[in-house]
Amino acid sequence: MSVVWDNRELLWEGLKYTFKLFAVVVVLGTVTGIVFGVGLLYGSRPIRALIRAYVDIVRGMPLIVTIFLLFYGLSAYEINFSPFQSIALALSIFAAAHMAEIVRGSMSAIPSGQTDAAKALGLTFWPRIRSVLLPQAAPLMMGPWTNLAVDMFKSTSLAILVSQADFLFSIQKRATSKGHYLAFYLAATVVYFVCCFAISRAGALASRRMRPGVAS
Amino acid sequence: MLPDVSSLPLLFSLRLPYQLRWEYVLDHKEWFIDGLLLALWMSLIALVCGSVIGLVCAFARSSGNRILSVAVTCYVEFIRNVPLLLLVFIFYFGLPQAFPRRSDERELILTLLPTPERTFTVALSIYAGAYLTEIFGAGILSVSRRYLDAGRSLGLSRLSLARFVVGPIMLRTVLPSLSNTFISLFKDTGVAFFIGSRDLSFAANKVNTDFFRPIEGWVAAGVLYLLTAWIIAFALRFAEGRIKWSV
Repeated sequence: MSVVWDNRELLWEGLKYTFKLFAVVVVLGTVTGIVFGVGLLYGSRPIRALIRAYVDIVRGMPLIVTIFLLFYGLSAYEINFSPFQSIALALSIFAAAHMAEIVRGSMSAIPSGQTDAAKALGLTFWPRIRSVLLPQAAPLMMGPWTNLAVDMFKSTSLAILVSQADFLFSIQKRATSKGHYLAFYLAATVVYFVCCFAISRAGALASRRMRPGVAS
Repeated sequence: MLPDVSSLPLLFSLRLPYQLRWEYVLDHKEWFIDGLLLALWMSLIALVCGSVIGLVCAFARSSGNRILSVAVTCYVEFIRNVPLLLLVFIFYFGLPQAFPRRSDERELILTLLPTPERTFTVALSIYAGAYLTEIFGAGILSVSRRYLDAGRSLGLSRLSLARFVVGPIMLRTVLPSLSNTFISLFKDTGVAFFIGSRDLSFAANKVNTDFFRPIEGWVAAGVLYLLTAWIIAFALRFAEGRIKWSV
């Protein structure tokens, strides 16, 4: 284990990269996912068809296909993105597609009386979504959203494909050069486990806090 | 195989710097077809092995034995919170290293897991087992108490209660989740090419590394993944609808 500790600075650099990637992906994926989810429910027919196609295509392919297509596609057409930007974009595209489904599912579970009541109060479309429907759908979204966040944290390990900087890459690099595979993998397992477990516990705690706010 | 896609280059090749040339994919169709079949085969085996693991673990957890249920919970939580890629690395690079060179254990591991394909399938099975434990566990919980009471009053032992009462009833509620799991395992095989397994992503990567044609290779692989996943989903949903259940 001491060989891992001796390389802690390098591994910490990798972990910071992974955390940064995760933060960007969660924020971007969640926000665009909510917009797409609302579009999936209330959009006009062409918008709905477009988002539906996007969601189904992204969810039907392995994530690495999206990552590679974006990584090479952007550079082939001379759009200059850093590896971090392109992997963050690819993971966000993936997260947004899943988030859109989550939002659609939980918002359609809100009784239509809520929409009618909001309309009767004279709320227009976006205020209706923002202050009536989303707050009630939020507790329902919390569980799947937490799962998605854990999934995305695990998926950041796929950054090893295109960047030379993420946590799993730094583990793999050290493990190969030092020849102590098991020690490094054990360390990586512990780190991933602690992070993912913390995310899912935090999500469970938050959703328990949110429960009392549900109107029925 | 890909006639509709091959009409695309005319659209793009007019002024963009990257010229799409599909002949690199079409000339090596066999890489993609073999890769697709291998991916399907690996995910099918992982589903079967994972279901066995999942069934055993789910019944072990619901048995009421404290040690067993703690062990199962540890296994499930461990797998669910670690990336599949790391798991694959552990099995492929780490496991043979756990034992000294030329020791019997190391030789045994290398004979049991001789190829990347085999190693990946084993890793994927263990990965699937954790998710399927949760699915079967939920299925067991969904079986109503009345059936259990009826079975007990017939004097069934715990084992035959599981085998003849809980199992068949649970299977109906679990079947849709099983087909979802199969599809997601099929998509998970995409990471197998990291360790050199010759699946569908390997074909795409080979088109990239051999001919510097990344877009064509990955688009072809993506379309194949997508179509296969849709066909599987459609076929399984159709099959589920056809099965006549009787209780």
